[in-house]
Amino acid sequence: MMKKSFMTGNEAIAEAAVQADCRHFFGYPITPQNEIPEYMSRRLPEVGGVYLQAESEIAAINMLFGAAGAGARVMTSSSSPGISLMQEGISYMVGAQLPCVIVNIMRGGPGLGGIQPSQSDYFQATKGGGHGDYHLLVLAPHTVQEAVTLTMEAFDLADKYRNPVMVLGDGYIGQMMEPVEFGRKTRQSTHPLKSWALTGAKGRPPNLVKSLYLNPKELEEHNLEINKKIQDMIKNEVRVETLLIDDAEIIIAAYGTVARIAKTAIKVLRERGLKIGMVRPITLFPFPYETFAKISKRAQKVLVVEMSLGQMVEDVMLGLSGQGCVRFYGRTGGMVPSYDEIINETEKFITEGKA
Amino acid sequence: MEKEISKPLYTNLILAGFGGQGLMFIGKLLAYSAMKTGKYVTWIPSYGPEMRGGTANCTVVISDEEIGSPVITSPQALIIMNNPSLKIFEPRLQPHGILLFNSSLITHQISRKDISAISIPANDIATKVGEKRTANMVMLGAYIARTMVIPKTAIFRGLEEFFGKKKQFLKANKQAFERGMEYTS
Repeated sequence: MMKKSFMTGNEAIAEAAVQADCRHFFGYPITPQNEIPEYMSRRLPEVGGVYLQAESEIAAINMLFGAAGAGARVMTSSSSPGISLMQEGISYMVGAQLPCVIVNIMRGGPGLGGIQPSQSDYFQATKGGGHGDYHLLVLAPHTVQEAVTLTMEAFDLADKYRNPVMVLGDGYIGQMMEPVEFGRKTRQSTHPLKSWALTGAKGRPPNLVKSLYLNPKELEEHNLEINKKIQDMIKNEVRVETLLIDDAEIIIAAYGTVARIAKTAIKVLRERGLKIGMVRPITLFPFPYETFAKISKRAQKVLVVEMSLGQMVEDVMLGLSGQGCVRFYGRTGGMVPSYDEIINETEKFITEGKA
Repeated sequence: MEKEISKPLYTNLILAGFGGQGLMFIGKLLAYSAMKTGKYVTWIPSYGPEMRGGTANCTVVISDEEIGSPVITSPQALIIMNNPSLKIFEPRLQPHGILLFNSSLITHQISRKDISAISIPANDIATKVGEKRTANMVMLGAYIARTMVIPKTAIFRGLEEFFGKKKQFLKANKQAFERGMEYTS
């Protein structure tokens, strides 16, 4: 058996990045993710890496642009307001087809909001965020162990698609401590050759990393190339966990910490003889639309629970394509739904139907 | 509390008090020590803008099975070390739950009649041990004696790993823990 460590999600994400050969970290402090830069500031020098605290999130994301352009494995982490500041740079990195990993440990918004857990950056993370025709690949862990696995995979996926990948957790994923295992079992890294990187053009034609295409015909071709990668992500990278859905009359759809809370609610409801199951999207983009399309034929009712006022619910409805009956329950501003609340909502759904 | 041998273990608790009383520490120690005995554990801190003297709390879940919700609204047990925390958390304790409170500092009356409230003069006991800062360990000792969630030896092993080279603190912390156990046994 591998040695278990007891770590916060933040520390575990940072260690996972180091073990996935990330050697460059640029960031700016913000609660509730400060343990990531703190850990990196100590750990990266030990492995010959570079930790640099930028003067702002805008500077940090542009440092990622530079390092990724030179072929380095790079990461930044922040929380909601900081991620908003990074959007321009993220869009530029997509445009320049540069891989990187961005960790967003979400807190309540809008604006400066608060520091308690939230999932209200779902739209921003999955629908673009910055300007232009693009998507990030978005991974949403619900345990510290899964945060490790997904962070490691995030680097490989970023390299594979030459596109930024976001690890999207709420404040509790960052702050919670759980047992976690590192090691080869969780690690199957690939390092594709980065022939496009700016590594010095001696003996080869120079490479060019840019997102400016003034000729609309060229830009359209460029965007179609980016879109081809997005279509490949949709085809190849959808990940989803389903729980007890075969006989379920009601499906709870949730991700991240809320999915954990919902699992307890489902256990209680099952003990009461109610047929409740769960769909937990692990990739928020690409979204597991097909899973919902399939369950629309079986379960009549889907309860979507989020720490927001209703964002993922729109993708669930797209997946169901007008079939079945959707009810939404959300808390916002840093309030976390309890399993009692989810149990109540589920029972109300049975008697009342749609909210 | 009666223990059923066949039933898999599942328990949760909230620990609350002033920042600086070491509630976060004993929460982590309990979770870590339980992990070392092969349990699933989660530990969630309150991470508001607390500081020394403010209130702080954490939630610990220990289970033989994979843990669903790490967030607990109505805990099975409470370790409470000051008046403001008592006010917040007493109403949230499950019926028949265990409330361990630090009677050295808590002056408010316990209002619930449907719970087991156990008074522990933790600061006084810690002072007698000779290290005032070990009141948290007295409370943890009382909790372990009362619930037997994990054995004393597991906590001691965890403590040794946590303190590492700082051996001078180990003895007082172990003693405080044992006094807490004895007080509630």
